[in-house]
Amino acid sequence: MASIKIITEKCTGCKLCIRACPYGAIEVENRKAKILDNCTLCGACVESCKFEAILVEKDEIINDNAKDLDSARYSGVWVVGEQKNGIPAGVVFELLGEGRKLADKLEVKLSVVLLGNNIEDSAPTMIYHGADTVYLVDDPSLEHYNDEVYADILSNLVMAYKPEIVLLGATTYGRSLAPRVASRLNIGLTADCTGLEIDMKSRNLLQTRPAFGGNLMATIICPNRRPQMATVRPKVMKPLERDTSRKGEIIKPEIRIPGNTRVKVKDVITTLTEAVSLTEADIIISGGRGLCDPKNFALVEELARVLKGAVGASRAVVDAGWIDYSHQVGQTGKTVRPKIYIACGISGAIQHLAGMSSSDIIIAINKDPNAPIFKVAKYGIVGDVLEVLPALIKEFKERLGG
Amino acid sequence: MDVIVCIKQVPSTNEVRINPETNTIIREGVEAIINPFDMYALEEGLRVRDRMGGKVTVLSMGIPSVAELLREAISLGADEAILLSDKAFAGSDTLATSYALSMGIRKIGKYDLIICGKQATDGDTAQVGPSLAEKLGIPHTTYVRKIEAMEEGYIRCQRLTDDGYEVVEMILPALITVVKEINEPRLPSLKGMMRSKKAVITTWNAEDINANKDLCGLKGSPTQVIKTFTPVHDIKSEIIEGTPAEQAKKLADKLLSLKF
Repeated sequence: MASIKIITEKCTGCKLCIRACPYGAIEVENRKAKILDNCTLCGACVESCKFEAILVEKDEIINDNAKDLDSARYSGVWVVGEQKNGIPAGVVFELLGEGRKLADKLEVKLSVVLLGNNIEDSAPTMIYHGADTVYLVDDPSLEHYNDEVYADILSNLVMAYKPEIVLLGATTYGRSLAPRVASRLNIGLTADCTGLEIDMKSRNLLQTRPAFGGNLMATIICPNRRPQMATVRPKVMKPLERDTSRKGEIIKPEIRIPGNTRVKVKDVITTLTEAVSLTEADIIISGGRGLCDPKNFALVEELARVLKGAVGASRAVVDAGWIDYSHQVGQTGKTVRPKIYIACGISGAIQHLAGMSSSDIIIAINKDPNAPIFKVAKYGIVGDVLEVLPALIKEFKERLGG
Repeated sequence: MDVIVCIKQVPSTNEVRINPETNTIIREGVEAIINPFDMYALEEGLRVRDRMGGKVTVLSMGIPSVAELLREAISLGADEAILLSDKAFAGSDTLATSYALSMGIRKIGKYDLIICGKQATDGDTAQVGPSLAEKLGIPHTTYVRKIEAMEEGYIRCQRLTDDGYEVVEMILPALITVVKEINEPRLPSLKGMMRSKKAVITTWNAEDINANKDLCGLKGSPTQVIKTFTPVHDIKSEIIEGTPAEQAKKLADKLLSLKF
């Protein structure tokens, strides 16, 4: 068993550990430190103590083979219900759709963990989209996503309820929260999955993900530890239709919310001017050097407006300062997987392809018929993007009434 | 401010080739480079030191030849370089990697800030940074695009999000992972190159860092790769001919028929 103790002979009651404790779990009584029940054994105090008066012994979970694993103690599929300002991220519905399939196959429940402030309204929505159970933690201190607080609560919930699978969206938050929790619980984690299946014999989750910028796919299992944890790329899995006749249970777990945190989110700023973000967009119009001049980028933005899509860009034009880095698609930018990707004046260097080649339909507009972008394109237009784009804008405006 | 920058050796992905028969990556003849995102991490570490004093230590885990990349980091201005290298580390997944790195960092001892790249270009997981912070019991922030302010025991930074950015404050020591937007890496100086030739790259094995071998390498890795394959791209390309107006009409026909 993991444990913490104060070596009273060494403790001077200096209170350094109180300042260091992120959870407010230490008190000094009669000039000696005292560990309270809400200690998570994080070890922050050990580092702070100048007198080596605190000892933490952590469990080292080592399972060399499956027989050590009492996997029967772990049951159920969990989805982490990421939200911002009370609005669930699109990927949550996709995870519910996929999670439902996995849970049905395993004959277990599908649950959602909802953390936030004033998010109670979202709980029934989760049930309408496939969840059997919603674990709701609604607290003013959870207003903004906070790595430290969210990781603490999620870890404690996982330890208390013991699901066998935990899924998160591979979003900015999901990709930060999942490794923190997996590291605390010493469990396996697979990033950016694009395929999930169950091996019924072992109840193992087969997790398929791209690596090397999409040049290689790998299937990964985590046979000896539970839960099995994965982040899943947005726009890959299919959500279920909303069905308001679905019934489920909303549980508000008694959970301690850490107060004295070392991380504080001071401000959340939305700079996105378009209606949809790149990673969530169904349609992306991207511009590259073939546009010749930064002012021509307006054509890309115009087409994006008409098609209600998001604006992407190649590294070359981001480096040249034509558009903000947040629009960059490719290896050192964002990985996207829209239904339609229109590459305008982008030659298709391998680093760019790494970020978009798994899009459903790629359309390439480029002067050079030998440009590598045509190799991944379903439809190609060989021509001057400055002539083709205005024609496309005109055509779509007429037909879509934009 | 003492900064530790974690770097990883990756193949220069321009040249990633897959053997179609074995579905494995052909590593022969592929140049090894410092993971591109780690170059921004190193540059940010150097800037913190140049502004506030202290030193920059670069840390990596890998095969002995990674020492050459650590030398490159020294030519760019890093003060010290440490390589964790041991057969016991082979086959580490992100959990085992962060465990080994955390033990290396415990041996280094004093530090204020750890900087990692957003992710490595070979695995693309972005997991080691947050996982390492947890192992060390320190706070972290990912996707940092700017350090706004820093002083003893305190950092304020901007984190890139999916639709904007956030301002996050942390108590130091802490760990950040950085995106490309944060800076423009410098080139090696002549002085730095001279220094790097003579520099001693400290190498520590599992025992040196007091690592429990059961938590390292394949043994300490809960995840196992059971299959790799190359994705099939069976795209039948169709070139749309005609004048721009005709091309636009044909393309609109095709896309609108998809009812997106």
